[in-house]
Amino acid sequence: METLLAIVIGLLYAAGVYLLLRRSIVKLILGIMFFSHATNLLIFVAGGLHKGQPQFATDGINAVSANPTDPLPQALILTAIVIGFGITAFFLALMYRFYQATGTEDLDELKEGENK
Amino acid sequence: MKSYIVQLAAARLLPVTLILSLLVFYRGHNEPGGGFIGGLMAAAGFIFYAMAFDTQEAEKKLRVSPLMLIVAGLSFAFISTLPSLFAGNPFFTGEWISLIIPLLGKLKLGTPLLFDFGVYLTVWGVIVTIIFNVMEE
Amino acid sequence: MTGILIYLIILLITAFLSPILISKGGKTAPWLLGMVSAAGFAWLLGFTGYISEGNSLNYTIEWLPELYLNFSLYLDGLSLFFALLVTGMGALVLVFSGNYMKPYAMKHRFFFLILLFEFAMLGMVLSGNLFTMFIFWELTSVSSFLLVGFNHEKPEARNAALQALLITVAGGLAMMAGFIMLGQMAGTLEINQLLKSGDIIRNHPHYLPALLLVLAGAFTKSAQFPFHFWLPGAMQAPSPVSAYLHSATMVKAGIYLLMRLSPVMGGTPEWKYILTITGAITMILGGYFAYSQTDFKKVLAYTTISALGTLVLMLGIDTDISIKAAIIFLLVHALYKGALFMIAGLIDKSVGSRDLRKIGGLNKVMPVASLAAIISLLSMAGLPPMIGFIGKELIYEAKFALPDIGNLLLVAGVMTNIIMVAISLALIFNLFLGPLKYPGERPTRPAFALRVGPSLLAGISLIFGLFPATVADFLLSPAIKSIRPSIDSFKLSLWHGFNEVLLVSFITVAAGVVLFLLYRKINPMLTHLNTEVITFRFADAFNKGLNVFLYLTKRKTSFIQSGYQRFYLMAIFIMTSVLAWYQLIYTWPEIESISFSRPGMFEMIILLLIVSSTIIAVLIRSRLAAILSLGAVGYGIGLLFIVYGAIDVAITLMLAETLVLVLFMVVIYHLPKFTNFSSKASRLRDAAVALLVGGFMTGLVLKAGQLNLNPKISDFYVENAIPLAHGSNIVNVILVDFRALDTLGEITVLVIAAIGVVALLKLKTKKGSAT
Repeated sequence: METLLAIVIGLLYAAGVYLLLRRSIVKLILGIMFFSHATNLLIFVAGGLHKGQPQFATDGINAVSANPTDPLPQALILTAIVIGFGITAFFLALMYRFYQATGTEDLDELKEGENK
Repeated sequence: MKSYIVQLAAARLLPVTLILSLLVFYRGHNEPGGGFIGGLMAAAGFIFYAMAFDTQEAEKKLRVSPLMLIVAGLSFAFISTLPSLFAGNPFFTGEWISLIIPLLGKLKLGTPLLFDFGVYLTVWGVIVTIIFNVMEE
Repeated sequence: MTGILIYLIILLITAFLSPILISKGGKTAPWLLGMVSAAGFAWLLGFTGYISEGNSLNYTIEWLPELYLNFSLYLDGLSLFFALLVTGMGALVLVFSGNYMKPYAMKHRFFFLILLFEFAMLGMVLSGNLFTMFIFWELTSVSSFLLVGFNHEKPEARNAALQALLITVAGGLAMMAGFIMLGQMAGTLEINQLLKSGDIIRNHPHYLPALLLVLAGAFTKSAQFPFHFWLPGAMQAPSPVSAYLHSATMVKAGIYLLMRLSPVMGGTPEWKYILTITGAITMILGGYFAYSQTDFKKVLAYTTISALGTLVLMLGIDTDISIKAAIIFLLVHALYKGALFMIAGLIDKSVGSRDLRKIGGLNKVMPVASLAAIISLLSMAGLPPMIGFIGKELIYEAKFALPDIGNLLLVAGVMTNIIMVAISLALIFNLFLGPLKYPGERPTRPAFALRVGPSLLAGISLIFGLFPATVADFLLSPAIKSIRPSIDSFKLSLWHGFNEVLLVSFITVAAGVVLFLLYRKINPMLTHLNTEVITFRFADAFNKGLNVFLYLTKRKTSFIQSGYQRFYLMAIFIMTSVLAWYQLIYTWPEIESISFSRPGMFEMIILLLIVSSTIIAVLIRSRLAAILSLGAVGYGIGLLFIVYGAIDVAITLMLAETLVLVLFMVVIYHLPKFTNFSSKASRLRDAAVALLVGGFMTGLVLKAGQLNLNPKISDFYVENAIPLAHGSNIVNVILVDFRALDTLGEITVLVIAAIGVVALLKLKTKKGSAT
């Protein structure tokens, strides 16, 4: 499973990179979202995969499941997701303004506009 | 999307979502849930409402400006750090008190709960702010 | 010693309050500011008794002791001598500026800058740690830059300011590197400890590079050849600045550094040769250029360069007598040059010109100022009974006492002094005596505030010359002793008796008179030579070099900064993954021993969903389908989280994913349709880059699976969730209790994102509303 997940993560990153290298600004945002998905998954897998029940501390001593999922990466990812939402929204607004101001979605026009 | 059925559903669902989000937030300390999830749920309820009616209606329903939610949320989060200073503990130490409330049993209150409430309000406010603004545009 | 720190702070506060005081306070304000400086002078004077008994004071606030960085103050004979010079001259210059700067609109700024400089300079000489000294040193460079460029409407002033800044700051940078090396060698940057580690440093293999770096700082600041050209350019500054910064104090900072470090780094052949040769060249060159100028201020600037060269030369000779000569000549020079620069400003103000060919006989209109000028010029010429005479005699004596290259240096010194005598006489007889000449209206008598500074300084030149023993006791010998503790007694007298030194002095004066008589003939010739025949200018060469450098930088920038965002990204991706691939392949064999779990049916379906949605999202032309596919990827990952027991994360991800979809749905119809801009070839190239990065990430995950991340952190959270944080949802407990500060940061980021969105959508920029 780890091997398969590794390949999937690689694929997600590849998709992200490919989209980031497009000239269209909409695809740029999709690329960034792929990147954040891939990174969340990467952190999760790096913490170790353990199938089954979520881990909760029981009263007293730590006597939960024998093979618990690491809670620390989860906490990291949880905030990363919410922040990822904020970033996506910000990019979306930025893109919208860019499109409004320039009338194009071609990022290369940024360069040409600068030279005018 | 100005369908009457959707509007009716949104209006009925809104209080349910809000109560649910509060519940999710409160039990988050011991079971799945918490400020982040609760905030996202509360925001989702209002966004559904805004889609059924429009953002002005939704903001009216919200009563306070989403910006106020953010301000309140951040303030709660900051205030929650202060008791630890007064108690002489390092900054951000969780301080707890137990209240015995008749009929309900023991209620544990602590600064992390207040902090999580701040997170709840902030996430709620931020998402509502963003999406309302985008929708108005 | 805390008192000195408090005084420094008071000075800084005064600097910041001075603009208000100047614009509100009227006529008395400059006097008040001068009083602040004079109070410091008087207060420091109180230390002389204690210091002259051989004591020193030290005060340290630790900052980063591991890197030897502290804020330290150190007061001994040498720093006291300089501190008195800085505060005393400061008081006189402030009073002088009060009248001189009256017509300037930006005069409140001027006073702020000059007080800031005084603070920096005083801090510099009182620093007890080389790094503290470096900070103050740079602050003097910055305030000098602002003061030289004070008349910023004039392009020459801006150019000169930039030149002065670039040279002194470049030197300062080199000096800092030298300081760091010294710190590494001695294990300290504290001056009082460095003074004891001279032997370690002199015998260290890195002694020479450290010496060269420190000398680079000292030589640029003190305008030594070949960095001398910034100083004449700096004469663009108002005259009080020239008097204060560019003759009496700041240009002496390099000399101060050399004196300070002379017990630490001096005494070696390298020190001797570099300092004597540089000093001698600067001394002669300065003298020659001074003789061939026609602008009064330029004459003074070049004689200053010459004097600085003499000081460096004296420190390079490095004998008991030469150190004595250096200290006394430093005082002599500060006294007469400060006075002369103020008089130059005064003449400029009341006559409206500084051209020596157009002005003359000023004693008819300004008798007091002329008398002060004549006394100062006599001191500069080294004639009795001024203190300048004693300085010059000691310099000759130092050169006589040198066995090998002494004669050569003596010749150079005598030549320079002949020029000094000639210049002084020329200035006395042409400018201040003789028939009255002026270009415009008849000059008026200068105000009292303008006369008081130069008169006082000239008076001191005379009094010190008549009673040299008193100065020597309380001021000079402590300073000399902190450079050379071995020197015990120090007696100064005007009359040395008949000896070879006196004979050379006679020759100097006689030759000087001859040169003075030829002045009117030679000066125009030399001026012609300097402007027409020798067209090489150090300043021009520097500017050309600067332009070449700027051109190359521009070329390099436009090569690297293509302006296309995807090429930047591509460069980053390719570089990172190539480097990472190298590391991955290098350590590949270690990956063997991983235990993998078998995938179940349900997981396989989820993975298939993610993979197919990813491919669709990348390739499809429809925007809606692409965004929905992306959503499917997100939900797929959420399902994976559920399978692997991360329930909180899964809920959050799915909610967030839904909201992102809503967001896209709202704006999607405002967005452009996908268009294919790129050619097939470039798409293939991008795909290759993408696979390179993706493959590397796969390898990284595989490697990460075998890494054993420190489980103690997580175990701590698991074990303490209930006892410490009273919660059993460990993820939530981490978020709101254990790592609450992080969470606070994160929700703040969220708020910033929201503000960003509101700002982007609600605030219409001009361009946005126009289109």
